[in-house]
Amino acid sequence: MKDMDEMLKDMGTSSWEELFSDVPGEVWKQEIDIDSMDEYALYREAKKIAGKNHDFFRMPNFLGAGVYTHYIPPAVLEIAGRSEFYTSYTPYQPEVSQGMLQTLFEYQSVIAELTGMEVANSSMYDASTALAEAARMAYRINRRNEIFVPENMYWEKESVLKNYVRGLGMKIRKYPLTNKGMVDVDVLHELIDDNTAMVYVENPNFFGVIDENVTEINEIVGKAIYTVGINPLSLAIMKPPSEYGADIVIGEGQILGNPISFGGPLLGVFATRKQYVRKMPGRLIGDTVDQDGRRAFVMTLQTREQHIRRGKATSNICSNEALCAVISVAYVAYYGANGLRELAKKNIDNSKMLIEKLRHAGFHAPIFDAKHFNEFLVALPRNPHEISKELIAKGIHGGLPINEGCYKGVPDSMLLCTTEMHREEDMDRFVSALKEVV
Amino acid sequence: MYQQAKYDEPLLIEIHGGENKNIDADVPNKMKRDKLNLPNLKEWQVIRHYTRLSHMNYGVDTGTYPLGSCTMKYNPKLNEEIVKWFAYLHPYQEESTVQGALQIMYELQEMLKKITDMDGFTLQPAAGAHGELTGMFLVRAYHEFHDDLDKRRNVLIPDSAHGTNPASAAMAGFNVIEIPSNENGMVNLDALEAATDETTAAFMITNPNTLGIFEEEILEIAKIMHKNGALLYYDGANLNAIMGITSPGLMGFDIVHLNLHKTFSTPHGGGGPGSGPVGVRGELVDFLPVPLVGFDGEKYYLNYNVKYTIGKVRSFYGNFGVMVKAWAYIKRLGGMGLRDAAIRAVVSSNYLKEKIKKYYELPYKELRKHEFVVKPKNVRALDVAKRLLDFGVHAPTIYFPLIVHEALMIEPTESESKETLDNYANILIQIAKEAAENPEILKEAPHNTAIKRVDEVLAARKPVLSWKDKR
Repeated sequence: MKDMDEMLKDMGTSSWEELFSDVPGEVWKQEIDIDSMDEYALYREAKKIAGKNHDFFRMPNFLGAGVYTHYIPPAVLEIAGRSEFYTSYTPYQPEVSQGMLQTLFEYQSVIAELTGMEVANSSMYDASTALAEAARMAYRINRRNEIFVPENMYWEKESVLKNYVRGLGMKIRKYPLTNKGMVDVDVLHELIDDNTAMVYVENPNFFGVIDENVTEINEIVGKAIYTVGINPLSLAIMKPPSEYGADIVIGEGQILGNPISFGGPLLGVFATRKQYVRKMPGRLIGDTVDQDGRRAFVMTLQTREQHIRRGKATSNICSNEALCAVISVAYVAYYGANGLRELAKKNIDNSKMLIEKLRHAGFHAPIFDAKHFNEFLVALPRNPHEISKELIAKGIHGGLPINEGCYKGVPDSMLLCTTEMHREEDMDRFVSALKEVV
Repeated sequence: MYQQAKYDEPLLIEIHGGENKNIDADVPNKMKRDKLNLPNLKEWQVIRHYTRLSHMNYGVDTGTYPLGSCTMKYNPKLNEEIVKWFAYLHPYQEESTVQGALQIMYELQEMLKKITDMDGFTLQPAAGAHGELTGMFLVRAYHEFHDDLDKRRNVLIPDSAHGTNPASAAMAGFNVIEIPSNENGMVNLDALEAATDETTAAFMITNPNTLGIFEEEILEIAKIMHKNGALLYYDGANLNAIMGITSPGLMGFDIVHLNLHKTFSTPHGGGGPGSGPVGVRGELVDFLPVPLVGFDGEKYYLNYNVKYTIGKVRSFYGNFGVMVKAWAYIKRLGGMGLRDAAIRAVVSSNYLKEKIKKYYELPYKELRKHEFVVKPKNVRALDVAKRLLDFGVHAPTIYFPLIVHEALMIEPTESESKETLDNYANILIQIAKEAAENPEILKEAPHNTAIKRVDEVLAARKPVLSWKDKR
């Protein structure tokens, strides 16, 4: 480019190579063997590739298991698409970043309202890493080294947790569920001792069960940290974990308006009690004033973080999921209290409708006799992975196949999920296809 | 003259909205919630609120944003469009229904291998620091496999390193040992050699380093590590300086993380989401997280069959939406385009440095890569940064790296033209003159922004972290 030659000339440099004279000759690279494309060719290529996917609108699916397909109102996408937001960096200069800072402060506030907790951070990567960071925080608080998790926690979460806590020498142990798929409080009570750093429950849990026993756990945890994994949409109509004694609340924030996007980016929700705020990971936005006394927002309590505390920081997290948090607060603002509660109700009603239809067709659903949110297990007579593939051949996508033996008391089955996205005709098509296949 | 928008925009909760209705859902009585304290607003109220807030936010689309170590290059709009076509895909769909998504991941993996000369890549980490942590998990697994982990407890890190490096190593359970820099701003080889022995697990470095200086002795550094059975880790934050010129593989690195949100143009989103793929070579491929993406000549598939895998570092496959944008960026530029971007980034940085070096002190050696670090004369870096905001440009990174007091760390990126670089230089020169003649104007800056300087002490002393605290 012409202005580059001018710059080189101005500097008194004869060629750009001079600026790389410090790179030893032995390490110079021949070339990167990748062809370039013009913009339209790339557009067409990407269209072609995207066309190979069967997304929800082309082939409805009944998958949940941690991330959920919800309708995203264009108003929400419009806000997330403001390039003043999405092309900014972490708001290191608060004077020119009030928009992002106030929006993230509102996000923290919305999470504090939904969970009932006193303080929420401005995001973690996803629910799994939020759980892992919660365990590390529990260690910082009580220096104990055992973590209790439910026996039906999904293996991916367990694997992430294991990797994260190993450096602290922490161990993961499992507690059983009752025949209703809820926490077995009596057994858990016996398991908890002076080594217990944290007790983790999910509500709704991996099987979609709304767990009524979570209210009895605060009394038995002693000095252990009580961490609750939530679905933020369910909290529009469900009791907030603060009311049953949670010390830390984590969850998957993708549910609030973020596209499911093949599993990422996601949004780790992380909230706790104010007494633990200096032990918590992640960025926090605080309210303050400027020189003229006007309201202002700023990143605060940064002495917990890696850029100040380095090896002794509460976490190494730097880039987080800020834009996903913007989307989530815009989504909550769009629906409002009433809209969010109606939406949560619709999600429950739709899963009830699918349960009814399956029962009517002779299936055993749900396997656990409890109220469910979004998802539930249906028993199947043979290998659910095969059934899943046979359903595809009929033009419909089922839920998550679960083989007998993976979880205690669970036969060959499928974890089915509905949201407000599923219409009655989608369910009818699915049930009749399932019936034909089995 | 620049003047940022300035609204007294209320908090969401302070906007007058509709009344709460009674809604009864089928939840067990014990678990029912009767009250939710959120507003009920009309769509236009929400849009107006966030549009106004966006006007009080500065992005790359607003103007020059030379934040050192952050590579704030322009984010092409085509990439923002393409990603929308992949929005409604569930990660657990049957492989036959997500061939397009898997193809993007596979092609990205393969292209990153070519760029870095590594043998295998995981796309799972969600950010740069998450990539570092994944890298440290791999170091741990590797030494454990060789029955060496009990002994190899130390990770060496230069004193100029990003804060995430020691934080990531510590999180994985390693002790951190800091290696001093020499008088040229490079790793002190004698100190490194003395610190390296059979207790060393790895050495984490950035090249070019955070001063923007290329570690000329990189092959010697690699030799020292490998001779002692330790691994060499590449923090890819500064890859933008050397793409296509050299590569981590050619320099002898064993593990590398990249920042797709820096080098490969995906927007930073006000702090995230990012994406921090990790590449490895040789036998380290057998330890990568699962799944990897494979291609059998006909179909793309998820490969969970990795011999000594460390398992997972987050749910699913990583920040897929970010991967799509990086894939599009690399495809559009091609290998030559990436190399041209690196060259231009380095030319821009050195050009700006030359323009201002009479007015600001340049510690260490002259030749820099994509970024450089200077110190203001007779005035604090903070004051220079705040004054810059008055001119409608963003400040550099300040007070980093820690080895330069009052550091201004400037990374213009290849996106800027000579014209915008000249403009930035002229502003910096004017500020240097103001600092000598009228320092008050710097200390009171910024004047033209939505708010004036904020009281950070108050924020930390009496933390108000949600609108609940204000009630």
